Amino acid sequence: MSTVFEIVVIFLLAVGCFFTLLGGVAMVKLSDFFRRVHGPAKASTLGVGCVLFASIIYHWVNGSGVHPREILITVFLFLTAPISAHLMSRAALSLMDDRPPHPDRTPDADEKVVDREDPAPPERQ
Amino acid sequence: MTIIDIAILVGMHVVGLAMLLSLWRLLRGPTAPDRILALDTLYISAIAQLIMFGMLLDTEVYFEAALIIAMLGFVGTVVLSKYVVRRDIVE
Repeated sequence: MSTVFEIVVIFLLAVGCFFTLLGGVAMVKLSDFFRRVHGPAKASTLGVGCVLFASIIYHWVNGSGVHPREILITVFLFLTAPISAHLMSRAALSLMDDRPPHPDRTPDADEKVVDREDPAPPERQ
Repeated sequence: MTIIDIAILVGMHVVGLAMLLSLWRLLRGPTAPDRILALDTLYISAIAQLIMFGMLLDTEVYFEAALIIAMLGFVGTVVLSKYVVRRDIVE
């Protein structure tokens, strides 16, 4: 394994582990769920992506060939991480007691004016 | 032991520390979405850990395991979030 590939693999591993650790620190340090959700949704996804690319290069240079499964894992993680973060945020929003009012309703707290063309969406239970 | 093996070992320890931090949030987390988020982070860190373990042993056996963890982790996160929203398992 040549020196250039070693440097590339070690750099990718270092970046990947740093961002994965950043996601873990964000889980502990941040105070609110909606702040915490940024940690795994962005940092950990980038970290695992870097580790997977390091693994692809490592196995490719070591002579066991390029494995499409690794690229499949990368694509799958990058597709599903925003979706799961969005769903978790919706779950947390449905549990909040003091939800901020919907923007369509703020100027009209007593609901005296009803816009028939564009009514405010009903509150979810 | 080459320098790349040392890098992989150090990386595995760092990712293990990240897994411990999210495990702390999984046990502590005040609300249910916090626990779901911690479980999701734990899945993702476990994938990184498995990939690096496969690099250390120079084998490709662990790719299938990582792929299955990724798919089942996503499905589990979706189902748990739906359960929190609707108080009902997926219809």
